[in-house]
Amino acid sequence: MAHDHHDHDQGQEPPSDLALRVKALETLLVDKGLVDPGALDAIIETYEQRVGPRNGARVVARSWVDPDYRARLLRDATAAIAELGYTGRQGEHMIAVENTDEVHNLVVCTLCSCYPWPVLGLPPSWYKSSPYRSRAVIDPRGVLAEFGVTLPDEMQVKVWDSTAEVRYLVVPQRPPGTEGLDAAGLAALVSRDAMIGVALAGARP
Amino acid sequence: MNGVHDMGGMHGLGPIAPDPDEPLFHAPWEARVLAMNLAAAAWGLYNIDTSRHARERIPGPDYLRMSYYEKWLAGLMDLLTQTGQITREEVDAGRPDPAQARLTPPLTAERVAAVIAAGGPATRDVAAPKRFAIGEPVRARNINPTGHTRLPRYARGRLGVIERDHGVHVFPDTNAHGLGEQPQRLYGVRFTAFELWGEAARVGDSVHLDLWDDYLERP
Repeated sequence: MAHDHHDHDQGQEPPSDLALRVKALETLLVDKGLVDPGALDAIIETYEQRVGPRNGARVVARSWVDPDYRARLLRDATAAIAELGYTGRQGEHMIAVENTDEVHNLVVCTLCSCYPWPVLGLPPSWYKSSPYRSRAVIDPRGVLAEFGVTLPDEMQVKVWDSTAEVRYLVVPQRPPGTEGLDAAGLAALVSRDAMIGVALAGARP
Repeated sequence: MNGVHDMGGMHGLGPIAPDPDEPLFHAPWEARVLAMNLAAAAWGLYNIDTSRHARERIPGPDYLRMSYYEKWLAGLMDLLTQTGQITREEVDAGRPDPAQARLTPPLTAERVAAVIAAGGPATRDVAAPKRFAIGEPVRARNINPTGHTRLPRYARGRLGVIERDHGVHVFPDTNAHGLGEQPQRLYGVRFTAFELWGEAARVGDSVHLDLWDDYLERP
């Protein structure tokens, strides 16, 4: 939705109406003492600098090289992910779903935009858009085709609709020919999209 | 509520068109809207279910037209005015009511990292009956509440199987409306794609939803 509707009010263009309205609201909230502008900066910095899909990639790569960690991740993802220091808002109750030769997993939130922030950061626009939210549950293979992913006919597709506070992380399959890589090298092969389930690991690093 | 936000299974909403070079924020104001939502919520005057319901109460045509952070802005304005934290007059004037004393924000920059890392778990340590067992067939009830619910229309009346017991979670349908958390058991429920979508579905494919006790009945 509205993928072409975003205001581009950086650079030389005058501020958009939205930018002005947001600025006015922030001024009001700060003047009333409802929000601390330093806290706003710190929140933005958190998601720009520290909390993003590199976190999830480290979780996936660790599960590829460490069978005990993989077992813990599949048994209690919240605890296993916390071992690597990733906890908190929008990831309080985590479940890891593993792709195999027989099963491919895909995550969506049809009702809003639920997404595992501690491991993937803030969701991309397409994840929050009407086209993805509407079709992921009824036509997952058609959706995957739009991302350039074609699955074998016999592969089972499981779609996870995040209707509660449980958040899902897809553990993609380790690409063939990566036996010589360590966890850091493997993490570089794990894209955000592979951990949502609309890409395969190694396809779009 | 049967709003346009409940869009699972709809056709005709356009191509997905992912942008591989998409920035985290398309403009600085989007980041400020995100941050104001998180910071204002620290007052604890509303909860996550209230916030979601504020966004889904945006009129349908507007909801479909607005970008994501426009919806977050509209929802925030709604929440702040509903709770009396700001007034329409203050928004119009662009400055605080001079009769009101300046407050002290609960969320400071120093506390942001800890608050984000702590999050807000939805589980509650209270006893709640296990009405259903893993592997048991269930039907999602055919309910059409006018308030907040997390039972999508596409699953209502459909047969599924209990796959997982997530423990006892806050119930959004009441929590969104100031009717209490009413914690109850939350289950992972598997529906076959065939049950949901009929014969066009691929045999073996499935859709998995997390559903509260009150959404389920014995078939």
